[in-house]
Amino acid sequence: MTVTIVDYGMGNLGSIRNMLKRIGVDAVVTGDLESINAAEKLLLPGVGAFDAAMGRINAGGLREVLDRKALEEGTPILGICLGMQLLTRSSEEGELKGLGWIEARTRRFPPSRHLKVPHMGWNLVREARPSPLTRDLPEEPRFYFVHSYFVDVDRAEDSILKTRYGVEFDSAVQRDNIYGAQFHPEKSHKFGMRILQNFAEL
Amino acid sequence: MLRTRVIPALLLRGASLVKTVRYGRFRYIGDPVNTVRIFNELEVDELLFLDISATPAARPPNVDLLADIANECFMPLGYGGGIRDFEQARAVFDIGFEKVAVNTAAFEKPELISRLAERYGSQAIIGVVDVKKDLLGRRHARSHSGRRNSRRDPVEWARELEALGAGEILLTAIDHEGTWDGFDVALTRRVADAVDIPVIAHGGAGTVEHLGEVVREGGASAVAVGSMVVFQKKGMGVLVNFPERDALERVLGTTQAGGLR
Repeated sequence: MTVTIVDYGMGNLGSIRNMLKRIGVDAVVTGDLESINAAEKLLLPGVGAFDAAMGRINAGGLREVLDRKALEEGTPILGICLGMQLLTRSSEEGELKGLGWIEARTRRFPPSRHLKVPHMGWNLVREARPSPLTRDLPEEPRFYFVHSYFVDVDRAEDSILKTRYGVEFDSAVQRDNIYGAQFHPEKSHKFGMRILQNFAEL
Repeated sequence: MLRTRVIPALLLRGASLVKTVRYGRFRYIGDPVNTVRIFNELEVDELLFLDISATPAARPPNVDLLADIANECFMPLGYGGGIRDFEQARAVFDIGFEKVAVNTAAFEKPELISRLAERYGSQAIIGVVDVKKDLLGRRHARSHSGRRNSRRDPVEWARELEALGAGEILLTAIDHEGTWDGFDVALTRRVADAVDIPVIAHGGAGTVEHLGEVVREGGASAVAVGSMVVFQKKGMGVLVNFPERDALERVLGTTQAGGLR
């Protein structure tokens, strides 16, 4: 079983593949629509700006393939960092619409002298509800975050992990086969490895 | 609760890890990749690599070495040293580094910072402010690994880097670097108060108490440590180490993010 990492030109692809390799999971990085269409599991990375990402996804047919895989075929898909924000309807960072697979909006952290933006560093998570993505995490789970925008779900049941940074926001989400993690598992050593392991074992 | 980041700042010279005092007097520490493996085991928060010999030697980043380093790391990585243009920065990001630190190039081509921030996001760009006192005791921002005086006031320059799009400031007090005597807390405070982006205090850490002090009194959002994590003790041999988590929690505790889980 292989995890297909979607290469749309933005994201920490090498690091994700490295960590998957380290935990013994086969991973392939590709931007080829046929390969993505045939994927058993999809990983949507993302580093950078919302509109830049959506622009690239909307171009060249990738959007249609992803919509079909996620919404019709029920392929497990995990969005990471910006990738999780793309799952929402829209973001205050950009003008374009998101994928809209999770009913949520992406909002900006309010800037303040006391709470610097971006939210950058290791922070704790608490379970909002159990999920296969987050089972068996080591004690006192923490992850590496770096983001200026956060996801705010409409429906409480779509939230699986929450984190506090001034506001309490959704640090991981799930709706059926669609998962999102705001933090970077590939940069969160043993904690991230567990998340990716869980995703691979779904 | 956001844990204050404690970031080993490892100095590279060519393909070796070195340590300096006030950016001079290079001492060989070891092989970067082996050192990284140890920090990986120690589960440090983040690593920063600075090649302070690159710009003076007009050398670009050593991408082969950086690729070896990136392959060993499962925590955030930053690199600075000799990044003069967009392509060089891109090469570093493509290897898998999260962040690039830029100093000298920002004086010569400030638009580089903006271009990089636009493409990769501000959080990926560290604006470096290296500070040294002149003979009259006045502090200025320096370029070329401390060798050239830009004559800019450090606080002004930090503000400008923020305006250009840098997501963090790495504030190095060159006069304190390698001394184990503590950070330049007053300087850190002035810069931290002037910008909204995180300030990483760098230069002078000798004890965990120093780390607590520069965060509490200096307003630093993170601390970069050098000598403390590569030497056994001041004046003693090389020993790659990292402070105990309990000790860090004791001095760093809950940060400005406040709130309990």
